[in-house]
Amino acid sequence: MTELALAAFAAASDSHVVTRPRGGRFARFAAAFDERCYRGDLDRRGIRFLARSDPAYPPLLAAIHDPPAGLFLRGVADSPLLARPAVAIVGARACSAYGGGVARMLGRELAAAGLLVVSGLARGVDGEAHRGALDAGGSTVAVLGCGVDRDYPAAHARLAAEIAGNGRGLVVSEYAPGVVPAPWRFPARNRIVAGLAAVTVVVEAREGSGALITADFALEEGREVLAVPGEITSTLSAGSNGLLRLGATPLTRAEDVLELFGLEAVRPEPASVGPAAQVVLERVQEEPRGADAIGRATGLGAGGVAAALAELELAGLVAEDAGVYSGVMPPG
Amino acid sequence: MACVLARAVTYALIGLEPRRVEVEAHLQLGVPSFAIVGLADRACQEAKERVRSGVTSAELEWPLRRITVNLAPAELKKIGSGFDLPIALAILAASRQIPPERVSEHAAFGELALDGRVRPVGGVLAVAEGAYREGLGRLVCAAESTPEAELAPVEVVPVEHLAVAVAYFRGERDPPPYVARNGLPPALPAPDLADVLGQQRARRALELAAAGGHNLLLAGPPGTGKTMLGRRLPGILPPLGREEAIEVTRIHSVAGVLHPERPLVAAPPFRAPHHSASVAAIVGGGPGPRPGEASLAHRGVLLLDELPEFQRSALEALRQPLEDGTISIARAGGRALFPARFQLVGTMNLCPCGGRGDPAAECSCSSQRLASFRDKLSRALVDRFDLVVTVPRPRAHELEEERGEPSGAVLPRVVAARERLAEGAPRRVSAAEDLLARAVERMPLSARGRARVARVAATAAVLAQSEQVEAEHVAEALAYRTPREIAA
Repeated sequence: MTELALAAFAAASDSHVVTRPRGGRFARFAAAFDERCYRGDLDRRGIRFLARSDPAYPPLLAAIHDPPAGLFLRGVADSPLLARPAVAIVGARACSAYGGGVARMLGRELAAAGLLVVSGLARGVDGEAHRGALDAGGSTVAVLGCGVDRDYPAAHARLAAEIAGNGRGLVVSEYAPGVVPAPWRFPARNRIVAGLAAVTVVVEAREGSGALITADFALEEGREVLAVPGEITSTLSAGSNGLLRLGATPLTRAEDVLELFGLEAVRPEPASVGPAAQVVLERVQEEPRGADAIGRATGLGAGGVAAALAELELAGLVAEDAGVYSGVMPPG
Repeated sequence: MACVLARAVTYALIGLEPRRVEVEAHLQLGVPSFAIVGLADRACQEAKERVRSGVTSAELEWPLRRITVNLAPAELKKIGSGFDLPIALAILAASRQIPPERVSEHAAFGELALDGRVRPVGGVLAVAEGAYREGLGRLVCAAESTPEAELAPVEVVPVEHLAVAVAYFRGERDPPPYVARNGLPPALPAPDLADVLGQQRARRALELAAAGGHNLLLAGPPGTGKTMLGRRLPGILPPLGREEAIEVTRIHSVAGVLHPERPLVAAPPFRAPHHSASVAAIVGGGPGPRPGEASLAHRGVLLLDELPEFQRSALEALRQPLEDGTISIARAGGRALFPARFQLVGTMNLCPCGGRGDPAAECSCSSQRLASFRDKLSRALVDRFDLVVTVPRPRAHELEEERGEPSGAVLPRVVAARERLAEGAPRRVSAAEDLLARAVERMPLSARGRARVARVAATAAVLAQSEQVEAEHVAEALAYRTPREIAA
């Protein structure tokens, strides 16, 4: 099997290789390559290799113009997971509370409806999308731009362990274990994110963001791209709003994605909150506000506002960022 | 007169602990000289010159003998200028200018000026307490130290000048009673909460902090009044009891920061060291060792403005006092224990550039800079803050607000709540218990975080005069947990 040799060669030579290179260097490498020993090493680390020639290799990914030679998989879930109908949720690392809240809500609702949520485990939108899927008890796949054994970013080491360990998720990479993250690997990673998914959702992206690269890959492969409208005055949303201007479908609720797959939304009963919390929620849904502004708008005391906001946060209806509270669900 | 010995008693301070020191003066025939032995530090060695000048200025005779002064026990390090007066008295007694028996019945403590006046020295209260504990009923000290020394149950002999002390010991006349020279300057009132416009949430957190003795962290962009709010916490704390006040006064006396005319520290102290402060300045140290800002804030408030700007080592050193309320400093000469049970108030921006949380500015911090900013505060320290409040910048129209309650209206509620909490924390009803369990699961809340929320909820319940902790109190406490920006 040459695919594993190919992946090992890419790691050893620190290059991006998807097809058998012609030079003598690879021939020499392949001749010296001890596949059994390498596989044994992977097994010991609990990492599987899914070769391109394997029937379980996800067909959507195989259809892109430079599919990876194979994927290294970390996690207890079966590899057919990757072939399930999937949606990619991508966006800025430095996202706003709004972006993070929307990403989590989409992750939750789309995973609850049975879609596989694919993202890149980065900070910000990526991480929130994974967390949303986990919240809903759904399936999620994190595609890394480095070896699957490297917890990158370090802040998401726990999240990665949770995805790999819960039996409904996988951490995958085309790079062999031990490969360090490098800037040029992330655009290559993005093609896998887009390649695994039939639909790509850009939640929040600056001009020139990596999430736009993912969207470009998706468009090149003829996949559907949706973008979440952001404030037109915010630089954080300039990239995603630009996609809308170019004709991407605006996403205003999870159903916009589900309809593309012919799925129905699975909404849990809306969490019931107390009357004070209900009043506060209505105010927060009008516009993001600080606790004091909510107190003035509702006439509640500082203690009452605090209690109502904590109740709403716990119910997953409101998110806080730097002292400002905003709603995270489309109203109604 | 071949060989004459006399003895005076004084106290050396190891931290706050007075240790008896016998000052022995020995006059021998020989070439006139003057030596001080017994581990005297530099200030104490210089006593020679002050004592010689003081004695001659008081028109007393400087004995032309070989003078040896021994400060016993010899292994104890003697620091400072408080030994001047006992050394002078011992020499005068040894040369029989004053009766030696009378001198050894008194404790003496004070610095001599070159003209023979007696100057006050920090730590008089601790010295007076040491004298009292050993049954020495009378303390000779500088007249200005009288109000402070009288806080201990000893008889104070206020001497303005060495000559007055000599007249007293000779039994010629008693020293004149001490009269404050300029009358009492009015005490500056603590800053009042009435000055704060709006800021309902931060006010509420301040009240909870005062009522429950919680540590408070105020976060938010610059110019949102974090420091102003923090400075107003002492004003809503109940006044100190007599015992507490003496305890605080002792520390302030040793540090030399007491007001001479109004020595008793009756209001909770407030200390706000600058962020360039060293570890020793914060927790205490030096050869002495001397109390640091954390001890000076004992029974009061320690405000650390711009928390992440402090040296990390200084912040980490605060973990011991935050845990057990004392600071122990080990030195070759022994261990000094300083009480340091203070309420910590910290303020910080949400990011290094200060733009975060400010609608009018955009944060320009890279994620690396943000990460290193957060790394400055260890989780262990952040965990000590029961209440964390993020103060967003108010928009312009929100500033036209009426003034809030003055501190005087808040204080009675705080006092009542403290009394109620002293009887034991109220119990949580089952709905409150359920909510807490749900929060642990959903919000990620650590075990320590859960305990913090439970404490704050109890305070909220008591402030609301509720017999039990209801779900709403737990919910409110949850709103003051550590936000992601700081914890992550």
